Amino acid sequence: MIRFLLHDNPHQIDEIAPTMSVLDYLRTSLGQTDCKEGCAAGDCGACTIAIGSLGETGIHYHAANACITPLASLDGRQLLTVAHLREQRQDATAEQDLHPVQAAMVNCHGSQCGFCTPGIVMSLFCWWHAVKRGELTADRHSIETALSGNLCRCTGYQPILKAAVQALAADEEDQFLARESQLFTQLQAQQANSSSCQGPLGHFLLPTSLGELNTLMADNPNAQLIAGATDLGLSFTQQLQSAELLIYTGRVAELQRCEQCEDAIHVGGAVTYSRALPLLRQAFPSFANMIGRLGSLQIRNQGTLAGNIANASPIGDSPPVLIALNARLQLSSCSGNREVAISDFFSGYRQTVMRSDECIVSIVIPTLKNGEILKVYKISKRVEDDISAVCMALWLRCDNAIITEIRLAFGGMAATPARAMLTEQALLNRPFDDLSINDAKQALMLDFSPIDDVRASAAYRLAVAGNLLKRAQLEMSNTANIDLFSLADSGASHHA
Amino acid sequence: MRSLPASKPYSQSQVSPTTHGHSVAHESAVKHVSGEALYVDDIREPKGLLHAAVGRSPVAAGRLRAMDLSAVLSHPGVAAVLTLDDVPGHIDIGPVFPGDPVLAAGTINYHGQPLFAVAADSLLNARRAALLAVLEIEASEPLLDPQQAIVENRTVRPVHQMQRGDASAAIAAAPLVLESQQIVGGQEHYYLEGQAAMATPTEDNSMLIHCSSQHPSEVQKLVAEVLDRPIASVTVEMRRMGGAFGGKETNAAQWSCLAALLAHKTGCPVKLRLPRADDMMMTGKRHPFANHYRIGFDPQGQLLGADITVIGDCGCSPDLSDAIVDRAMFHADNAYYLPAAKITGHRAFTNTVSHTAFRGFGGPQGMMIIERAMDDIAREVGKDPLDVRKLNLYAAPDRNTTPYQQKVESDTLPRLITELEHSSDYRVRRAAIRQFNADSSVLKKGLALTPVKFGISFTVQHLNQAGALIHIYTDGSIQLNHGGTEMGQGLNTKVAQVVAEVLQVDLNRIQITATHTDKVPNTSPTAASSGTDLNGQAALAAATTLKQRLSEFLAEKHGLAVAAIRFHNNRVYFGADSINFTELAQQAYMARVSLSATGFYRTPKIHYDRSTASGRPFFYFANGAAVSEVLVDTLTGEYRVSRVDILHDVGRSLNPALDIGQIEGGFIQGMGWLTTEELRWDNAGKLLTTGAATYKIPTAADIPAIFNVALLQDQANEEATIYHSKAVGEPPLMLAISVWSALRDAISSLSDYRISPALDTPATPERVFWAIRHTEQAYTAKPAAQPLSEGPQP
Repeated sequence: MIRFLLHDNPHQIDEIAPTMSVLDYLRTSLGQTDCKEGCAAGDCGACTIAIGSLGETGIHYHAANACITPLASLDGRQLLTVAHLREQRQDATAEQDLHPVQAAMVNCHGSQCGFCTPGIVMSLFCWWHAVKRGELTADRHSIETALSGNLCRCTGYQPILKAAVQALAADEEDQFLARESQLFTQLQAQQANSSSCQGPLGHFLLPTSLGELNTLMADNPNAQLIAGATDLGLSFTQQLQSAELLIYTGRVAELQRCEQCEDAIHVGGAVTYSRALPLLRQAFPSFANMIGRLGSLQIRNQGTLAGNIANASPIGDSPPVLIALNARLQLSSCSGNREVAISDFFSGYRQTVMRSDECIVSIVIPTLKNGEILKVYKISKRVEDDISAVCMALWLRCDNAIITEIRLAFGGMAATPARAMLTEQALLNRPFDDLSINDAKQALMLDFSPIDDVRASAAYRLAVAGNLLKRAQLEMSNTANIDLFSLADSGASHHA
Repeated sequence: MRSLPASKPYSQSQVSPTTHGHSVAHESAVKHVSGEALYVDDIREPKGLLHAAVGRSPVAAGRLRAMDLSAVLSHPGVAAVLTLDDVPGHIDIGPVFPGDPVLAAGTINYHGQPLFAVAADSLLNARRAALLAVLEIEASEPLLDPQQAIVENRTVRPVHQMQRGDASAAIAAAPLVLESQQIVGGQEHYYLEGQAAMATPTEDNSMLIHCSSQHPSEVQKLVAEVLDRPIASVTVEMRRMGGAFGGKETNAAQWSCLAALLAHKTGCPVKLRLPRADDMMMTGKRHPFANHYRIGFDPQGQLLGADITVIGDCGCSPDLSDAIVDRAMFHADNAYYLPAAKITGHRAFTNTVSHTAFRGFGGPQGMMIIERAMDDIAREVGKDPLDVRKLNLYAAPDRNTTPYQQKVESDTLPRLITELEHSSDYRVRRAAIRQFNADSSVLKKGLALTPVKFGISFTVQHLNQAGALIHIYTDGSIQLNHGGTEMGQGLNTKVAQVVAEVLQVDLNRIQITATHTDKVPNTSPTAASSGTDLNGQAALAAATTLKQRLSEFLAEKHGLAVAAIRFHNNRVYFGADSINFTELAQQAYMARVSLSATGFYRTPKIHYDRSTASGRPFFYFANGAAVSEVLVDTLTGEYRVSRVDILHDVGRSLNPALDIGQIEGGFIQGMGWLTTEELRWDNAGKLLTTGAATYKIPTAADIPAIFNVALLQDQANEEATIYHSKAVGEPPLMLAISVWSALRDAISSLSDYRISPALDTPATPERVFWAIRHTEQAYTAKPAAQPLSEGPQP
């Protein structure tokens, strides 16, 4: 049995297919059609919902894609769709009872065909709440980030950006802030220790402790671990696969650790990108900038760093960085715990050394010491929510302008995220200058034989990889006017 | 009725008057933001509804020898499978020419082509079952290159040519000659609502279709034809589309036909909604084009002659390609006078899905070649491209005849460009950018102003007609119906504003209804930007008829002249007295005056003789211009569009907010087409970009940090369009050509503006990167090859 709040009503489900998505449940089981299916792959955001979780003092809302969020993962949470946002006031007319975000969207002409609009409204609703709580600054960047997973094909976004600003202008509470303590109590009542949804359609298990998780994995060798479902969810909606047993990591207390201890950051196996981001931003701004372009906000709110690693995709964005940083993975199973260096983790295309009864408990990332530098770059067709053509992570230590230690790793260049060993050799014990970079570019050709695919050609990958070394060097020497993004956002050419 | 309803006053709307010229919100805006607007898949499902899925071809070319569908049929939940043998009527649903079988008829022409359909108790069961067919296919080598197709003379329609003067002689005599090729990529519509249709069998062997289509009348006709039933037995209802952009003009019909055929076979209602990947595989896209120019010009950069060839990749069938390639040809001049011109348009066959209408309908692809030429001329003669563009603009009295003999009668564009040049600070920024580029080695800026002149009217003359139907009820409420369809553009809102204006009532009195083939018959598609022009006029006619009837009734009753009756602000004034609109409706009803009227409109003046390629295909031209500034990273080819200024001509705007919405949205869609939206097929003809994960349309972070959009003021349409407005649906898309041109400008700066870099589209970071490389290499190889001491003059 799983329980959650559907708006402000307790909702209980005894049995359901483990692969059932929130979207399918809303539309087919409840007949609630305000939540739209645009792609069923977590790419377009038309189905964006707000998921409320108990925080220390209140309810924290995050945006998620209903199409790939397993219904059972809502256990103990609150689900809001756009149909829930209107104020339930007796005296209000259709226009008057709109949420401030909805009213601003109408006022700014933020909808045309209207199909993406429910998702846009929900993303802005979560943004609006975060701003009202003082967790976010209401600037253009935060609005763009809030909308990073919402495609609109009609408006060109400009009226939607205006609507976001206007929605904040009115100094008012919405029904969720006004009734927060009541909803908080209601949501507390939905909390249970370990839950599960079991029956002839399959099982969805939600263990709450690592011991429980290890036992379940040992007992069920065919079970699939599921965290954010941002990748596995697609196998259900796109490849139409079924699953008999899913074990959800999101409730396991030991996997929720996210903290800095002495000289390393520990990111638990169930910690989402969004949760890890503030800590990463402090320690590795360059890494955090790249994570800020990994997937969309909806994906980062659900997906985990551990999932990105365990997937072993050759184009995962975080593994090259973690390799460059010499991160370690703490694995756990009934037969004990062990630690594996991330560089030893990937054994082939989508292959790892992790056994089927093991899970990633934590990712341990050494922080930078004096003289150590990290540079991370992501090259993709589109800035937001796109898979990298090339991802480069460069970690190095310089003493007296000589590179004395170096780790250089790439994604998109080989069948696994991989270090460029010969390129490292070309740079080691040399100054980081045009001469050494030219040698490094030659070495890159020996390190990698990338492929042509939808995202880029092999030749482009190799050429850009070399130029990214040049970019790193220019940045380290504080060359002016080389940051494309900050310069473009600061505005175009004005009067001379 | 036995008694009249109580006459209750309508609340005055907050913004009064809510008639034309005002920025009224979209009629469905409140429903959009609250999730209450219903799309086909949201309609409450009828009892016994079956869900359909389509079985696809795994190869791009070949013969379908046999299908074993037993495993499909025995999959749990499956109610029926549909093959060609089950089609009682026509098999071919080609909209103009044959070539589009509702299911593949032996020959397989593209990867993903529908081979059969299956209906089941759930969509998941239908989709899973559809994967179980055992197919016997004799695969053959697919033809994928449109240029190769022309070499092999494999076309879907014959070549067509427009000529004015002797282009070859003019080019031969010209002091300067250039020749280049431009590849222009296609575009996936990516309407957020995928294709969807629901067919419900009704009595008398009839069929009710709910669909998401720009052309309900054609859906009605084709469903009737595949079922072998009279058109009158099919009714199509279409309330709204979740985006269309041309992708639901002809391409929506197949899913309605398949749903109707399955409903006919099973006797159950059937819904067919394409999952996104199926939608992207099975529906046509914007035509990719391979264009070529050979031009002669003088040292000032003025064109003397142009020989332009456009090759449209039509995919595997004609669909609308004849008209689309024609429109590319009609726009190969864009805004520029070609003293002597030869324009040739090829329609290539390839083994891909049949490419179809997409906002601009070939016009954008045609314009690209002449805008390419303008930049190239500027580099050749060492001028700012804007000056070359201005020099070549159409100008009365002797430089205003198009290659198809239509005169460009208005001089809107020169005025508009001058205004934009000033409001965007073009010259000052040009100078600043040259300075920046001189000082910056890694990042380079580019700037470009490009105009748009877009012909308004269907080039197929008979489509330029429309009908409307208006009822006034005895409580004073008004129901409005017209043949157009709402896809987000705000057509219903604008047409309602027209009716409110004529009858001088508040908008909230007017109930907008779904498009219904049983209310207004034989309609044209809502396409070619013509929705408001046509349906607004038809509604104007219907509302005027009703107003006239009510006026005559009131005049006769009070012994006044009809001219003495005046409608204003929900009341009707006669002599010294007045009556509210509802009371008048009731009095008219009691006096047995008809309160229902139809309206009809056909566009005047237009004619075109395709055999001589001359005439006046367009009622008028819509105009606009945009200045785009970009910032390019020469290390990676990544770039940002940092500022865009647009000035656009919508005549006298019916609704400025909706018009600006079309301009901004069209621009960003065009920007996506030319930058990040890349369709990729593999060597076997399989589409690789079948989802938003690999096909990248712009996000909110891609729009320029500075995005100024304005409507040209005091520029009523000279033609008698609806309240002298101008169509706005398609033209703004082509304003985005300025982004591509600005990218070329930034790259050209690497050669001190001497080399005009080739940049095929979409100009992805990778293509920009290679253009940078090639420009640097060419400049290093022969920096002094061209004796030009300076680049563009600020």
